[in-house]
Amino acid sequence: MSAIEHPAGRQPDNRPAPEAGAPAPDRAQYGLAVLLAGIGGYTIYDATTLKVGFGDPVGPQAFPFVIGGVMLFLAVLLAVATARGDRGTAEAGEDVDLSQGADWVTVLKLVAVLVFTIATIDWLGWAITGALLFAGAAWSLGSRTLIRDLLVGAVLSVGSWYAFYSGLGIALSPGILDGIL
Amino acid sequence: MDNLDLLMGGLDAALSPENLLYAALGVVLGTFVGVLPGIGPAMAVALLLPVTFGLGPTQSFIMFAGIYYGGMYGGSTTSILLNTPGESSSVMTALEGNKMAKKGRAAQALATAAIGSFVAGTIGTLLVAFFAPTLADIGVEIGAPSYFAIVVLAMVLVTSVLGDSKLRGFISLFLGLTIGLVGLDLNTGQARLSFDQPLLADRLDIVVVAVGIFALGEALWVAAHLRRKPLEVIPVGQPWMGRSDWRRSWKPWLRGTALGFPFGAVPAGGAETPTFLSYVLERRLAKGREFGEGAIEGVAGPEAANNASAAGTFVPLLAMGIPVTATSAVMLAALTGYGIQPGPQLMSTESDLVWTLLASLLLGNALLLVLNLPLAPLWAKLLTIPRPYLYAGILFFASLGAYAANLQAFDVFLLLVFGLVGLMMRRFGLPVLPLILGVILGPLGETRFREALTISGGEVSGLFDEALAVVLYVIAALAIVVPLVLGALRRRDPAQEKERMLV
Repeated sequence: MSAIEHPAGRQPDNRPAPEAGAPAPDRAQYGLAVLLAGIGGYTIYDATTLKVGFGDPVGPQAFPFVIGGVMLFLAVLLAVATARGDRGTAEAGEDVDLSQGADWVTVLKLVAVLVFTIATIDWLGWAITGALLFAGAAWSLGSRTLIRDLLVGAVLSVGSWYAFYSGLGIALSPGILDGIL
Repeated sequence: MDNLDLLMGGLDAALSPENLLYAALGVVLGTFVGVLPGIGPAMAVALLLPVTFGLGPTQSFIMFAGIYYGGMYGGSTTSILLNTPGESSSVMTALEGNKMAKKGRAAQALATAAIGSFVAGTIGTLLVAFFAPTLADIGVEIGAPSYFAIVVLAMVLVTSVLGDSKLRGFISLFLGLTIGLVGLDLNTGQARLSFDQPLLADRLDIVVVAVGIFALGEALWVAAHLRRKPLEVIPVGQPWMGRSDWRRSWKPWLRGTALGFPFGAVPAGGAETPTFLSYVLERRLAKGREFGEGAIEGVAGPEAANNASAAGTFVPLLAMGIPVTATSAVMLAALTGYGIQPGPQLMSTESDLVWTLLASLLLGNALLLVLNLPLAPLWAKLLTIPRPYLYAGILFFASLGAYAANLQAFDVFLLLVFGLVGLMMRRFGLPVLPLILGVILGPLGETRFREALTISGGEVSGLFDEALAVVLYVIAALAIVVPLVLGALRRRDPAQEKERMLV
């Protein structure tokens, strides 16, 4: 949100939209509507597989039916609103620059770093995985001082391992460093 | 007075040297995390939840109280020194606060924010100590139908008051309700929406959901839109106020408190509305003098309103077990993590804990003032932290928090999933608060819903057989219908509307 120039009012739209006439629909929102419909539909399907207990007049199905049903309805409303040119206000923030297009490559790199973390956390242990997580994320975000990033990451991960172990009594996975830490 | 005695007892418990240390640690950590750009109070509390895992309930709440106020104060420091508010509630502070900073009065802006927060927080907490027990007494009396109606009303109000698109608010709310369904049904023990995964059937850890949506979602969103040139940070000296600053500040502090507390106490969408009202009020009363050029009243009022409303949210939280802001939703999650059942009976069953918590809030508030006035120049330095390190750090600590909860890699996977949900929500302008409330209030509401219908033998009329419930439904319906009708009548841009009110 351009809070600097328009402190008092919310700008209804941040992305550069065609000036005159109805703005082109935000096509990605159709995708969101389909996703919502899918979630709603699956919630209803899932509810039909539940058994109603004896002496339970409502059962575990009532809430999912209502939630799934409303979700389907909202998906339709969103699709209609999208066709009529309705757009969401993308969220602003201190470090967010909405005047440029989105940089999805960076996001993909970060997701890859997290997937690596999930895959190795039990095996390599928090001390190593955490350090790689920090260095990998910093690199994805544009830092080019790899050695320093790894060092900072190692200090953070080993430090947090010991802080949790001795301070809170929680042993984060030691992984292959078992016995060394 | 009875309540005052209990509060004194709580203060006694909170004032041991060990507890004071936890409170101070909480304030420092909370401010540290809250000052970091891109991190608001809710995210600060969610990220710091794991730090309290090994502590007992009392100590962790004392620390929480510090984190909470520290995080809020950190947020206002950012908005004054950077002019880019991270939270909707500090938009109004940034208006005059940043202009003051540009005029070389950053020290006074920070001081009036800190002292105003202290005044408002203290008055607010005392009001909570006064109102919450009374409300809880009423709360114990009301039946399942009315309780369910309160949950519905809270969800409707929060969803329809916030943001400019009600459709998006409700989408977000129902996404949250769907997430709240995942896991074992509490009555029949059947797994819902669990894809035959035993780890999902175990119900989702709310910490993982909150950290994913708030912290990871935000980090990924910022990564997609990272500002290439760094923001200009205004240097700041020791905060202090001159005689005229005091004279101009104390009335706005009190007026802001009076506006903020009721808005926090009734579920009406947190601090956005009262801070806005306070700003408008101060501007009117000052007859425009210096407003727009950095008027201290414009910082003092909204900051006090912000903190008073934060204190006010403890009334429904403690008396009814109903959170109305993202931060209080996370705190409620922490409560349940200790096996404490939130609800009207909380004040009687966990009386010691509640009063210690209230006393800790007072204490945290005072410590905030003592620690943060001298430390302000140091906090300002944090704003210049290199962005790759900042967001890599958020990823690191978010993963650490998710992993530390149960020591399962699966939780880090869930973190990633909810991080992507959070990213999607920011891309499509879906507000985050209704989702978190849906996750928390959904299961709470369902329990009462089924209770009410079990009593009535499945008759839908069982939901309406209490007068209070009917009244609450009428209010909820009005909250949806009235703005729609007004909007249709006026057909005006809401932005213009707000601007018109400001002039």
